[in-house]
Amino acid sequence: MSKHQDIPLTPINTESSEKVRTGDWRTYIPVFDAEKCIKCYICWKYCPDAAIKVKDEESLPEWDLFHCKGCGICAEECPKDAIEMILEEVE
Amino acid sequence: MGKLTIPEQELMRPGHMGCLGCGGTLAMRLALKAAGPDTIISIPACCWAVMPGVWPNTCMGIPMLYTAFEVTGASISGIRAALDAKGKKDTNVIGWAGDGGTFDIGLQALSGMVERGTNALYICYDNEAYMNTGIQRSSSTPEGAWTTTTPVGTENYWEQGRKKDMISIMVAHGIPYAATANVAYPEDFVRKVQKALSIDGPTYLQIFAPCPTGWKSQPAKSIKLAKEAITSLAYPMYEVENGVYKINRKPKEQTPLKDYMLKQGRFRHLTEEFIEEQQKMLEANWKRLLKLEEITNEE
Ligand SMILES: Cc1ncc(C[n+]2csc(CCOP(=O)(O)OP(=O)(O)O)c2C)c(N)n1
Ligand code: SF4
Ligand code: SF4
Ligand SMILES: [Mg+2]
Repeated sequence: MSKHQDIPLTPINTESSEKVRTGDWRTYIPVFDAEKCIKCYICWKYCPDAAIKVKDEESLPEWDLFHCKGCGICAEECPKDAIEMILEEVE
Repeated sequence: MGKLTIPEQELMRPGHMGCLGCGGTLAMRLALKAAGPDTIISIPACCWAVMPGVWPNTCMGIPMLYTAFEVTGASISGIRAALDAKGKKDTNVIGWAGDGGTFDIGLQALSGMVERGTNALYICYDNEAYMNTGIQRSSSTPEGAWTTTTPVGTENYWEQGRKKDMISIMVAHGIPYAATANVAYPEDFVRKVQKALSIDGPTYLQIFAPCPTGWKSQPAKSIKLAKEAITSLAYPMYEVENGVYKINRKPKEQTPLKDYMLKQGRFRHLTEEFIEEQQKMLEANWKRLLKLEEITNEE
C-alpha cells in the first residue's frame, strides 16, 4: 500500500493490531520479581494494553514487552511490590 | 495458586493506539471480556474510533462499525433490527461512545433508542471532555476543570456549572437498567455488562475512565484516581433497575475532594474555598442518592 488511491472506498480493518510494536513507546520498563508474586493477577486485570499474560491459574504472570507501553499501572497496583519500573536502556 | 476474578477471554488485542494508562482502553477490554464473541459494536467519533489502529489493523476481536458522531443510538437500533430480521436474536449489540458523543451530540439519538425500546446496550466511557480532538469541555466536564475551551491563565475561564446527570435522564425515560461503573472495579463492571445484556430492552452504562492525557495525571495512577473518585464522592457507583436505586460502593470513610482533585493538573489552579464548595455540592448529591435508594426500596 503506497497511495491513498489504494485504500478502498469503504475500508474494512481485517488485520490484527498485534503486529504493531507499541513497546517502542516505552520509557520505563517493568521488572518483575517472581519471588514476591502471590499470583493474585491484579496486574493482569488492570493492564490497559492486554500486555500481561496468564497461561493458567498455576502460572506466574508474563510481560509481553513487544506491546507493553510502560504505563506503570501494574507496578502501582501490585499488592506485593513485585514489579518495579526502571528507566529503559536503549542501544 | 491464584484465581482469575474476571473472564479470561481476551477480545481486545494489544497493539492499539490508546495512550499510556488510558482508562477508556481498559474499559473496552473489560466490556468485551464480559460480552463475549457473539457481539457487534458500533462506535462514533471519539478516542475509540482511533484506538483500534491504522487501517488495515484493528485491535477488535469482534465486528465493529464506525458510525457518525451523533447517531450511536440510532445506529444500534438499526443493527438490532437487522439482526432480529435475520433471526439472530441472541447476538449482543453494543453502542460505545465518549461523553461528548453521549451527554451532548448523541443525546437525541440515545433518547430515541431508549424510547423505542431497542434491545441493545449503550455504554458511555466517561473521560469528562472531548479528548480525541484535544481536550475540549463537554457537559460532562466537572465544574472548575481546565480544558482547552475553558482555559486558565491570567484570567480564569474554567468550566462553569455542574456536570450533567445522565443517569437521571435515562431513569426519566423509564429505562429498565442504568448504572455507573468504574475501571477500578472490573468485577462490578463485568457483572453490569452481563446483566444489561441479559435484559430484553434498552440499557445504559456509564463507566468512569481516567484520561491521563486530558486530566494531566500520571498514567500509573489511573486506578488509584478512579478509586478516589468513589471515596471522595466525586463519582458514585450505583445502578437503577426499573426505577429502584442501589448504591454499589459506600465509602467507609470519605476522603477529601482536595486530595483527588490536586492529583490532576486540570484542577491545580483551584482555591481551597472553591474545592470546599464543590465538596459540599457532592455531599448534597450523595445524600440525595442515599434518599433515592431508601425511597425506591420501600415496599
Ligand atoms: C459531527 C462531528 N463533529 C465533530 C467531530 C470531531 N470530533 C471527533 S472525536 C471528537 C471528540 C469526542 O469526544 P468524546 O465523545 O468525549 O470522546 P473522547 O474523544 O473523549 O474519547 C470530536 C469533537 C466529528 N467527528 N463529527
Ligand atoms: S499483582 Fe503482583 S503479586 Fe499479583 S500477580 Fe501481579 S505481580 Fe504477582
Ligand atoms: S486522550 Fe485520554 S481517552 Fe483518549 S486515548 Fe489518550 S488517555 Fe485514552
Ligand atoms: Mg470524552
